[in-house]
Amino acid sequence: MKEPVIEMRNITKRFGDVTANENVNLSLYPGEIHALLGENGAGKSTLMNVLTGIYKPNSGEIYYQGKKVSIKSPKQAVDMGIGMVHQHFRLIPPLSVAENVFLYMPNCSTVLRQKEMEDAITACSKEFHLDVDASAKVWQLSVGEQQRVEIVKLLYRGAEILILDEPSAVLTAQEAVEMFKVLRRMADSGKSVIIISHKMNEVMQNADRITVLKNGRVEDTMEAKDATVQRLTKAVVGEREFVPQIRDSHNYSEETVLYVEDLSVKNDKGLNAVNHVSFSVHAGEIFGIAGVAGNGQKELTEAVAGLRRAENGKITVKGEDLTKLSIRKHIDKGVSFIPEDRLSMGLVPGLDLSENMILKHFGWEKFSRKGILKKKAIDEITKDYIQKYEIKTAGVHSPVGLMSGGNQQKLLIAREINGSPSLLVASYPVRGLDIGATEAIHKILLEESEKGTAILLVSEELDELFQMADRIGVMCDGNMMAVLNREDADYDTIGRLMSGEKL
Amino acid sequence: MRKLRLEKKSTSSGLSILLNSLLFVALALVFCGFIIGAVGFNPLEVYGKMFSKAFLSSRGIRKAIESGLPLMLCGLGVSVAFRMNLNNIGAEGQYAVGAIFGAAFALYGPKLPGILGILALAVCCFTGGALWALLSAAPKAFWDVDESITTLMLNYIALILLSYLCLGPWKAKGQNVGQTEKIAENLALPEISGLKISTAFPVVIVIALLLFGFYKYTASGYQINVIGKSLTAAKYAGINIKKNIILVLALSGGLAGLAGFVQYAGITGRVQENMPNNAGYTGIVIAYLSRFNPLVVIIVSILFAGLQNSSATVQVMGVPAQIATMMQGAIMIIVIAGDFFQRYKIVSDKKGGRAS
Repeated sequence: MKEPVIEMRNITKRFGDVTANENVNLSLYPGEIHALLGENGAGKSTLMNVLTGIYKPNSGEIYYQGKKVSIKSPKQAVDMGIGMVHQHFRLIPPLSVAENVFLYMPNCSTVLRQKEMEDAITACSKEFHLDVDASAKVWQLSVGEQQRVEIVKLLYRGAEILILDEPSAVLTAQEAVEMFKVLRRMADSGKSVIIISHKMNEVMQNADRITVLKNGRVEDTMEAKDATVQRLTKAVVGEREFVPQIRDSHNYSEETVLYVEDLSVKNDKGLNAVNHVSFSVHAGEIFGIAGVAGNGQKELTEAVAGLRRAENGKITVKGEDLTKLSIRKHIDKGVSFIPEDRLSMGLVPGLDLSENMILKHFGWEKFSRKGILKKKAIDEITKDYIQKYEIKTAGVHSPVGLMSGGNQQKLLIAREINGSPSLLVASYPVRGLDIGATEAIHKILLEESEKGTAILLVSEELDELFQMADRIGVMCDGNMMAVLNREDADYDTIGRLMSGEKL
Repeated sequence: MRKLRLEKKSTSSGLSILLNSLLFVALALVFCGFIIGAVGFNPLEVYGKMFSKAFLSSRGIRKAIESGLPLMLCGLGVSVAFRMNLNNIGAEGQYAVGAIFGAAFALYGPKLPGILGILALAVCCFTGGALWALLSAAPKAFWDVDESITTLMLNYIALILLSYLCLGPWKAKGQNVGQTEKIAENLALPEISGLKISTAFPVVIVIALLLFGFYKYTASGYQINVIGKSLTAAKYAGINIKKNIILVLALSGGLAGLAGFVQYAGITGRVQENMPNNAGYTGIVIAYLSRFNPLVVIIVSILFAGLQNSSATVQVMGVPAQIATMMQGAIMIIVIAGDFFQRYKIVSDKKGGRAS
């Protein structure tokens, strides 16, 4: 076998008390496409930021063509031939493609000759069959074209190692196929490519080798030809034993609370994120949604909560069509939402507990009268919740930004179930929380479902879904692959569905 | 290896904010002291003269309050908008249009008896300022047009309109300067007997108190606070952002328009060509320094007005009158730069190896 071009040995990177990478080893050979696979927070991006000189590792070594190097800055990494295409492109929209590429060059001449620049770039992009119009302004380009500009930028700069952070996330299926063809051509010409991904099928189809990261450690490394869905699922979500369901009875009622029919939703980039999805959730039922993050769950939950417009289809709650109604109407009709991003959407960190408690309900009679807030009553109710849900805080007038994640989440859930909603949409409600807080929150959700609330629970943790849900729907690429009863589901089946295999 | 690094502070108490501000005001004075020294004067003597003139005589204080009145209303108006993260740079123009509407009412409006006339005049000034702000609010709410640009640009239009009216159709007869006729007796704000302070002052204090209560105790004030602190959370909570942009900018402009009212009906008695005289811009500085707290706005406005008045005193010593403007600028820049220490603290890192 050839000498590796890059070898990362025993890389450890800590942020305060959090260990993002622990003794990670990674070798990259010339001419290969190497995939880094793992869940959100598994440490993929951190590792690549170490390689590109953005972070300095706490310990560990990097070898470049057999020689030990210390990469101190992104500029140094680029000089060595290591370039990265970030998820959010680093392009200047009003400038042309050629100008953007030349800005990236180390010794850009003071006088720019447009024609020469454009010719040089056209020649470079032709070599790899990258279809780029060098004279076009970047703002006029589609996302896929902008990505190609980013790649040309690296190639023209002479990069030998290209790192792409979730390159297919912003592309349509057709564009993704084209992009992988380009990457393959680059690998064939002797360059090395690293792609960060959390899509198993994509990785199996397009990579030569796969390294799976989990909780900051390398869980498994394999040749792509040896990879199977089972092996990857096991590495990504971990070896699991059968977990018993926490609740013994799950005889939810026949009454349909949420009914989603043929729903399609677009993401922020304007691409289809949810494709013609249909399902229903009954009163007292916990309906779990499994899937690797980024497969349409966010868009689905936001559409159900009224935060995102439905392109197609219908959303009804208790028989009432809410599809085109405002967020306010959704709230009034009893739709509660625990968003995945609790500190930027669900809570206002700079406001205190009482103020966060009334975020959605300040207009309610018990909180205000004729536009004047009932400060005392609000504080009393907040105190009740603090006691009931054992929220640890310095007091009702302390900013929620100071509380721990678990306590923030308890407060958020307390607010969302205040006023007995008919439907509770919970996106990753225990993400990033410790075991104690996780259990507390699961208990609250189960109590709520006992009361007859329909719960839509989105999670990446299969354990959580097996413990909590009555039925599980699996999403992949915006499609609802299947809906399974809890007792018919197992890790293997769900893993296959998550990776896009049909039943 | 010992390294210094910055860490985010979680909270700051009101007292620490005050002390921090005072410290940086002092630094600003030291900075200006060097410049005063450089042009050949003793800074201590200059400061001493300024201070004693502005704040150590009842006449000085009275003057400071009087010239502070429009600053207070501009500061309050700007604060309302800034609390919601709306950059209303247009208090200057809203003040001018408020004054224009007031003068129009005095010239062409019905003659109303007693207090009714004064109230109607105030309503007209408020409406003028509010309408001028709405010209920026509507594009902001419906097409997300940057309000800092539109409010700023509208200032120039408003000021030129004011000049035109004061030098043209509304110019008082037999006057050399651009100003309107003296306001009718029944429309002028009286002085508080004995104190020789315009009744506008207690009125402005009441407005500040009302705003304080509005922020703290009403559902509308609460919504403004939420939008200002987190737009995402406000949308998630179903708060109507468009409606609030319209209402808040109208209120903000209306308050600036009232600056036209107090100046016209309470102090000058005439609408003058250069009436806002930068009060709208000074109001921005005041709003920032007061951390958008309406009661603090009153105090800071009086201090700034005193500073401006006292610059005339030191002019006789030969110190340029621009000193007041320089000091205002220096205080603003240095106090706001000092805000950094309100949000971060410097800690020493005993262990090395941290990425910088």
